[in-house]
Amino acid sequence: MDIDVQKVAMLARIRLTDDEATELGPQLSEILGYVDQLAAVNTDGIVPTAHPHDAAMPLRANIVTNGNHRDALQAVAPKTEAGLYVVPKVIE
Amino acid sequence: MSWEVVIGLEVHCQINTDTKAFCGCSTVFGAEPNTQTCPVCLGMPGQLPVLNTLAVDKTILTGLAIDAEINLESKFDRKNYFYPDLPKGYQISQFTIPLVEHGHMDITTKERGDRRIGITRIHMEEDAGKSMHEGLEAVSHIDLNRSGIPLMEIVSEPDMRTADEAIAYLKNLHQLIRFLGVSGADMEKGQFRCDANVSVRRPGEALGTRTEMKNMNSFRFIKQAIDYEVMRQIEVIEDGGKVVQESRLWDSVKSESRSMRSKEEANDYRYFPEPDLPPLRVSQLEVDNLKAGLPELPHQLRARFEAEFGLSAYDADVLTQTRELSDWYETLVATHPSDPKRCANWMANELLGRLKEMGSDIANAPISPEAFGKLMDRMADNTISGKIAKDVLDAMMNSGISADTIIEEKGLKQVSDTGAIDAMILDIMAANQGQVEAYRSGKDKLFGFFVGQVMKASKGKANPGMVNQRLKELLQG
Amino acid sequence: MPFSSLSHIQERLNNAETTAVEVAQLYLNRIAAYNDTLNAFVHIDSAHVLAQAEASDKYRAEHGARALEGLPIAIKDIFCTQHGPTQCCSNILKDFHAPYDAHVITKLKEAGAVLVGKTNMDEFAMGSSNETSAFGLCRNPWNTDCIPGGSSGGSAVAVAAALTPAALGTDTGGSIRQPASLTGITGLKPTYGRVSRRGIIAFASSLDQAGPMTRTVKDAAMITAAIAGHDSGDATSVADAPGPQSQADWLAVCDQKDMKGMRIGVPKEYFVEGMDADVRVQVEAALKQCEALGAELVDISLPNTNLAVAAYYVIAPSEASANLSRYDAVRFGHRCDNPEDLLDMYTRSRDEGFGSEVKRRILTGAFALSSGYYDAYYLKAQQVRTMIQQDFLTAFESVDIIATPTSPITAFKLGEKTDDPLTMYLSDIYTIAVNLAGLPGLSQPCGFAHDLPVGLQWIAPAWREDVLLGAASAYEATSHWYNKTPQAFDQPSGGET
Repeated sequence: MDIDVQKVAMLARIRLTDDEATELGPQLSEILGYVDQLAAVNTDGIVPTAHPHDAAMPLRANIVTNGNHRDALQAVAPKTEAGLYVVPKVIE
Repeated sequence: MSWEVVIGLEVHCQINTDTKAFCGCSTVFGAEPNTQTCPVCLGMPGQLPVLNTLAVDKTILTGLAIDAEINLESKFDRKNYFYPDLPKGYQISQFTIPLVEHGHMDITTKERGDRRIGITRIHMEEDAGKSMHEGLEAVSHIDLNRSGIPLMEIVSEPDMRTADEAIAYLKNLHQLIRFLGVSGADMEKGQFRCDANVSVRRPGEALGTRTEMKNMNSFRFIKQAIDYEVMRQIEVIEDGGKVVQESRLWDSVKSESRSMRSKEEANDYRYFPEPDLPPLRVSQLEVDNLKAGLPELPHQLRARFEAEFGLSAYDADVLTQTRELSDWYETLVATHPSDPKRCANWMANELLGRLKEMGSDIANAPISPEAFGKLMDRMADNTISGKIAKDVLDAMMNSGISADTIIEEKGLKQVSDTGAIDAMILDIMAANQGQVEAYRSGKDKLFGFFVGQVMKASKGKANPGMVNQRLKELLQG
Repeated sequence: MPFSSLSHIQERLNNAETTAVEVAQLYLNRIAAYNDTLNAFVHIDSAHVLAQAEASDKYRAEHGARALEGLPIAIKDIFCTQHGPTQCCSNILKDFHAPYDAHVITKLKEAGAVLVGKTNMDEFAMGSSNETSAFGLCRNPWNTDCIPGGSSGGSAVAVAAALTPAALGTDTGGSIRQPASLTGITGLKPTYGRVSRRGIIAFASSLDQAGPMTRTVKDAAMITAAIAGHDSGDATSVADAPGPQSQADWLAVCDQKDMKGMRIGVPKEYFVEGMDADVRVQVEAALKQCEALGAELVDISLPNTNLAVAAYYVIAPSEASANLSRYDAVRFGHRCDNPEDLLDMYTRSRDEGFGSEVKRRILTGAFALSSGYYDAYYLKAQQVRTMIQQDFLTAFESVDIIATPTSPITAFKLGEKTDDPLTMYLSDIYTIAVNLAGLPGLSQPCGFAHDLPVGLQWIAPAWREDVLLGAASAYEATSHWYNKTPQAFDQPSGGET
């Protein structure tokens, strides 16, 4: 299978040099080629499994449990200013 | 040849819970940036979502109010895209099986009359944070207080044919949501935001290519944007071009829209089941309990007000705009049942008019329904005339003093004593003998002149009914 | 002492023959002596370890001992801890300090354990040899030219070389059991949902599960007892899970001495070509021993076994591609220098921060989920997952437990498979199905081949860790493999006790 590696890399927001793309392309093709054996399996009428157990979602109460821990949480941020996260300009 | 316009709407509505959809952070509006965040809504490593039970209940309640089906098992999915105000790099949403499906909303417009608009689905999701660019050169600032606030996305069928219908649908939906108390729905705070899918076609033809007008939060802009987009698409097609499927952003300052294609280009949301959240299951019993607690809805109230109190369609509509208004009116007529139509009329015109001038609303009215009702009673028992009542209402709203006290202190009590009224009439007839002659020789129109003179002489306090009656008799001679 | 089991150390502590500080110091000395060679630990704060041990001795004196009082446990670098860095052995989380503890870390602390540091691992747990770690490779103490397995390679090596008596690992496709097998120790992956995932850096959320890596089966039970249980902060952590509840329940099942009446399923699909013949000999000998203990061996079939790796390499990378989107250089983690614009910040930070295996998996996942491919890959893999789960359900109608080799081969040479991702993926062929089915699995040493340890894998029905631990305990009681120590590291070093 031929995969447009740069297109997928853009979806995943990962820069790939041409060399990396050249190396990754065949590797991904090989992996997906192996995975392609699934195509031959008859799965008609089989319910897909997203969760290992048949359990229902537990819910949380509508009660505020968190206070303001901005300073501690932003201590690990690459760049902040006056309590705001700073990023290169977002163009809409 | 004419064009048919096809409009479908997606409304993002913040659910008014105390805490966010998946964590215990507060949702109070207007806090200092990033002070209502935690490792979960910041998408920090290893953090997991747990859904807020009230957000589920409120979504179900909304579904019940639009006669929709509630899916007893629904699922959550991840919608993947990168944006600095989307902390996890995916939004938790419902893609394959939403909580609510197949509802509808009835609307009325002048042009097209009564129509039923289908509502495809309501699904739950989480809001993103806010990016701020204003006044910044090369950077943007990110505030994640809004990140994770629960949203309902209410998706309509492409059933609307005019911008007016779209607005009617949105206004009904907005009203319904506020009635249910499931959202503040404050458009200025972004609690009720709309995307409009618009396309045009020749009648009878297949659907045309649609464009999506993103993120509008005022009825006026939505109408402008739809009108603009319809014109633009027709122009494109008539010039021999093709409408391109794309997202467009409405610029309310320039009154035009522009393409957001650059942003769309790389988007492929790669939805897949959210592995951190097992299926959401609700029991029929829970749904039934919510249904039992469903309040009377605007259209039901409107119908009841018309039938039970004999209100005009206009008054009934005005008084059911919000829960606060209809509650206020019901308290008013419950305590002062003498004349519900007068109460409605005065509330809709005089009271709401004055509140609007003050920049206030019914929730913050300086007088109570009981106090307002006393004023209605004083008209009903002929203590004051409608004209005087308006002055009394002004005084009540300025001072908070009761109608009776104002009437008493200012001596506004209506004059209903035949002797006193006759004396005034006779004085005026004596002073205007020429007009009396003219009236008697057939100039009927002068009757109004005499009424005016008497009211002026009584400083508006004379009972108008009695003035009419006595004037007629005395002018006959 | 260094190669003592956790329970033996506990006994000595309870008998006041030693103190938590002495025990901690002993292992710190061994870490100082051997970690340069093995690179099992990527972060050690000796002062903090001793402070915890001191606090534990004090607690014991004042209130008596808790379940894991004073016992040293090493932590895979995937568990968030408030103290010290949590980096998942990735440059994108270099110097990241989590402002919170993982739920299981809180539980270990509450049980009185002494946390001895962060162990090496494959970056984001993506690997089977520990070679994808951004902080250097990790060596197998039985042959330092060989890999220790992965992704919990550091935890396995730390236990195998007695740099700690026990460690925590995580297992998404075999990441506890496979390195346990390759280093000759015991590793347990509990039933999915038994242990909270909150605060454990996610790789593939529907597969990840934390568990113990220890010298004995009983030690594994001790730690599992402490970390298991419902967490209201993890919607996939199961409330009212069946099976053992109290510490005493968990330990009681380890008293099993025989296998009378036990029906052990031996799936033919796990004994096929591609399996090292010497490994096969060891596993078959172990099964014979089980028979001698009273078990009945039953030939069974798990017909979709050969599809497990393919399904796994769609599901796990897909979930991972989303789980790793949060490393976007906005709120934490690595940001590239002087980004030109937003896109440059994203793409360059993630390029610089992620290693090549992580990129490979993110791209595989992004592709499998992308428009036009979802049904052929993701949906199909989920259906195959159902079939694999069904295979086990059917098998457990006729047997109590399943026994297989943990790995088809023994530890291979460092660098041998790094250029061939697919071959590397296939080394997890015997462990992956267990994760897809959400079942509990355990690997314990059952012999040597090519002078390297061989592991026996036990698979039980969901929530039946009691069956798993019972069988493994009975086998362990009559075998000596768990007692073997790697010669180069078996000299007591430093602090004598």
